[in-house]
Amino acid sequence: LRIKGNSMESKIRFILIQNRAGKTRLAKWYMQFDDDEKQKLIEEVHAVVTVRDAKHTNFVEFRNFKIIYRRYAGLYFCICVDVTDNNLAYLEAIHNFVEVLNEYFHNVCELDLVFNFYKVYTVVDEMFLAGEIRETSQTKVLKQLLMLQSLE
Amino acid sequence: MPAVSKGDGMRGLAVFISDIRNCKSKEAEIKRINKELANIRSKFKGDKALDGYSKKKYVCKLLFIFLLGHDIDFGHMEAVNLLSSNKYTEKQIGYLFISVLVNSNSELIRLINNAIKNDLSSRNPTFMCLALHCIANVGSREMAEAFAGEIPRILVAGDTMDSVKQSAALCLLRLYKTSPDLVLMGEWTSRVVHLLNDQHMGVVTAAISLITCLSQKNPDEFKTCVSLAVSRLSRIVSSASTDLQDYTYYFVPAPWLSCKLLRLLQCYPPPEDGAVKGRLVECLETILNKAQEPPKSKKVQHSNAKNAILFEAISLIIHYDSEPNLLVRACNQLGQFLQHRETNLRYLALESMCTLASSEFSHEAVKTHIETVINALKTERDVSVRQRAADLLYAMCDRSNAKQIVAEMLSYLETADYSIREEMVLKVAILAEKYAVDYSWYVDTILNLIRIAGDYVSEEVWYRVIQIVINRDDVQGYAAKTVFEALQAPACHENMVKVGGYILGEFGNLIAGDPRSSPLVQFNLLHSKFHLCSVPTRALLLSAYIKFINLFPETKSTIQEVLRSDSQIRNSDVELQQRAVEYLKLSSIASTDVLATVLEEMPPFPERESSILAKLKKKKGPGAVSVNELEEGKREAGELNGGGERGGDSSAISTPSPSADLLGLRAGHPVTAAAPSAGSLLVDVFSETGFIHYGRLMLLIFLRTHERTITKPVPFLAVPACLSASHTLLSLALRFVCKNNGVLFENQLLQIGIKSEYRQNLGRIYLFYGNKTSVQFVTFTTTLNVQSKPVEPLIEGGAQVQQVINIECLTDFSDAPLLNIKFRYGGALQNLTLKLPVTINKFFQPTEMASHDFFQRWKQLSQPQQEAQKIFKASHAMDTEVLKAKLLGLGMALLENVDPNPENFVCAGVIQSKAQQVGSLLRLEPNAQAQMYRLTVRSSKDTVSKRLCELLAEQF
Repeated sequence: LRIKGNSMESKIRFILIQNRAGKTRLAKWYMQFDDDEKQKLIEEVHAVVTVRDAKHTNFVEFRNFKIIYRRYAGLYFCICVDVTDNNLAYLEAIHNFVEVLNEYFHNVCELDLVFNFYKVYTVVDEMFLAGEIRETSQTKVLKQLLMLQSLE
Repeated sequence: MPAVSKGDGMRGLAVFISDIRNCKSKEAEIKRINKELANIRSKFKGDKALDGYSKKKYVCKLLFIFLLGHDIDFGHMEAVNLLSSNKYTEKQIGYLFISVLVNSNSELIRLINNAIKNDLSSRNPTFMCLALHCIANVGSREMAEAFAGEIPRILVAGDTMDSVKQSAALCLLRLYKTSPDLVLMGEWTSRVVHLLNDQHMGVVTAAISLITCLSQKNPDEFKTCVSLAVSRLSRIVSSASTDLQDYTYYFVPAPWLSCKLLRLLQCYPPPEDGAVKGRLVECLETILNKAQEPPKSKKVQHSNAKNAILFEAISLIIHYDSEPNLLVRACNQLGQFLQHRETNLRYLALESMCTLASSEFSHEAVKTHIETVINALKTERDVSVRQRAADLLYAMCDRSNAKQIVAEMLSYLETADYSIREEMVLKVAILAEKYAVDYSWYVDTILNLIRIAGDYVSEEVWYRVIQIVINRDDVQGYAAKTVFEALQAPACHENMVKVGGYILGEFGNLIAGDPRSSPLVQFNLLHSKFHLCSVPTRALLLSAYIKFINLFPETKSTIQEVLRSDSQIRNSDVELQQRAVEYLKLSSIASTDVLATVLEEMPPFPERESSILAKLKKKKGPGAVSVNELEEGKREAGELNGGGERGGDSSAISTPSPSADLLGLRAGHPVTAAAPSAGSLLVDVFSETGFIHYGRLMLLIFLRTHERTITKPVPFLAVPACLSASHTLLSLALRFVCKNNGVLFENQLLQIGIKSEYRQNLGRIYLFYGNKTSVQFVTFTTTLNVQSKPVEPLIEGGAQVQQVINIECLTDFSDAPLLNIKFRYGGALQNLTLKLPVTINKFFQPTEMASHDFFQRWKQLSQPQQEAQKIFKASHAMDTEVLKAKLLGLGMALLENVDPNPENFVCAGVIQSKAQQVGSLLRLEPNAQAQMYRLTVRSSKDTVSKRLCELLAEQF
């Protein structure tokens, strides 16, 4: 009987949002990396993901992990997980997250993520925590975000 | 809902971000940033106290600057101050700053723990969540120490808000992962498991991640989660697509929760309770049925969510591997996906089918898709999909289809992407060997492999074909003929020349009867390749030439001519020159008999694990090749080579690394120093390039004789110990786990001292029987439950006799050999049974490795049975130096600076047995406060982990 993945690591190793030029719009780390390693990972992910086209899968092997990614206009949303993790579940987790951002920022665009970077972290923490999926209901997340928005 | 405007709330921040974006150059950006940093610094240092808003704004600007990639060395105190604000927005920025920057300044953690404590007890759910998220994001040990006790309380308290529960569950998970010793679930276990029943689906979604992790570590304590998970799953699966409202995603009810539930179930064997099992099977059938229903939406989100559940369900079905009906249904479903227009689905179907292929129930069903998979290998655009197709072909291969699959893989190799060629070559080589019914096919396949992808044929592959040809009489003639033909090609790969040189040098005589391949033709053919080859190949060819002189005396003058030429005898390469000189001399002075002895056919190779398989394992990590497959491969390989018996006396050969362990044909391979046993020397001879080296002639003759005269070590460890002796005496042996010498036994009459030494998988024990009395012991006999040399039958009063026992570790073991001692003292017969202190750890070779390697290997050994863990009370004082000495005595390497916690000890070593080498890693975590230890051992073999853990738990 095999057990999936390594139970003592978080499932999601990091979440990255990058544009085509390689500028990072969000980097959320769930594993300890030092700053140099982070920079290297960001560059590697960009190199791996941007060469792929629409006919390719949304999954790509990456070191000992895999990247599940989806492109929205000029932005790549990437989640790094264990090779044994469920590809489609994370692919849709990305989409679910994007739909929340879209609703929250009313037709989200790249600039919203730049100017409101500190709010994007709040959205992430509502939906993903400790490298795990925390909440999947868009209604619940948006209600909570709206409540926080109203606070001073 | 109000739109969020740019930089809403903090105009200064928005202006600053705009400025940065408008900078035309990197220099301009740096200038602007420095200006801002100076401004912020002066505000923070200014006389005027800043209000909360300004503090928040400046801290947020600093954070932005940090995220742009600049170092920030101030502002931490201001961020900490924000934590105690009563305003959410200020607190949030403070926490965010800390979460993002904490890596670079861990001093901060102590400062913020107090603020976190206040927020946790504030009863304000928003503040509690902020604090919990901060702990979850930082997850440091200091935080675990401060909050691991508090968070379970928050998680299970009746009045905790749902959103706080969600955060608390995952926060606890993070702390458990960083500091499992500090998170004690004990009393909370049952209430945590029952979160699976929570009304709020979000709480279940979060809590199940925690439960899954805890279940993997403590399956027994959490096993009640199985029935709860099944009923939860059953409720979701049977609900209509709109029942779950907020948790329905594109008409799919709770897809992520379903996946998590299915994954939790994969921590356990199938439920024993018939009703639960029935309900679960029903769920799995429903999921499979739904895959056949027409989609409720054309959106890809709908099918993705639905298929996420389907694939997870199939994983569970494969995990159980006990429901033939479900396995075959799963296989059929995946078969449909193989032709789906979505690349993602084709990829996942190939991947998932790979695991189905290893189940006896679905192997045949998988095989029916062979044509589709071959087609995928040929036509898929995405290389990763082609790679999966190749993996699947490899997995579905058996005797019935091996020829077809190998042929397809070979033809794919001609155009395969460079990135996957080497792996493909290994796979072809393994399949060819594993399923070779006739060896001519095997030889053809490998030679084709060299022809098509010579550059990617690693040494392991061509060593292997030579090993097999040497060990199989019936294929030698064919191999010689085929390789002779292959060498006719004008441009043949250097690896072909190597194989050709070796095989013709050994077996060229088998085809020499045909005038088209007469000795001289063979020689000329080989020699025509000589000048295009690298030095190691040339060295090998020179050895082939001297072998020719022995096989075919008629070629002697031609070959001597070649050896004598300046380009050989004065070659600038020392190795080539030396060979030319030595071989020339050998061929001129040695008599035919001596020549025939020195250059006789190579003896068969001892069988070990297929080197190629080992290589593939190394390439893909241990998870990639299942244990079954390996064992099967080994067994088959054993057959192929005529079993181990032909290996004869060479069983004493032991080599430290698998790559050096083959033919060892690498030229200039450094002769390993020391190791004065005959076995090791023999290896050195093998590791010389080519065959036998004139310079080593004497050595070889010495070895050949010496090898036969050395006492064969007594192979007793494989014999099960009998269970006659009294327990107290048996347990004495445990004192010798971490040391080799000392007094094994003592009473009023007799003292038995022991000295032991171990190297690789061999050991020698000296037993000293001391007579403490003044009277003779007569008819003194010792019997081991395995054989040993007899000891002197008489021990004079006050005298001592010695007995030597040679040991070879054949395989891992847990029962030590028993030693029975009988003698007469005065008139009375004395009878004593002792357990010899031979424990598995004695055969450790220490392995030094860096932190990174250690953790990588640790992760690779992640199957549950590979790990053994014990938590036990200290029975001696917890002195670091004593612990170190004991761990060193254990035989493993004690690794410094590997464990992030300096209190912990980690060790690494490889157990050397004749059957295999078992890599083991150990971690010992002392908890001085509780006077407890936690010991974790991981090794590639489950019985070893278990045994080591048992042995060691008694030592501290």
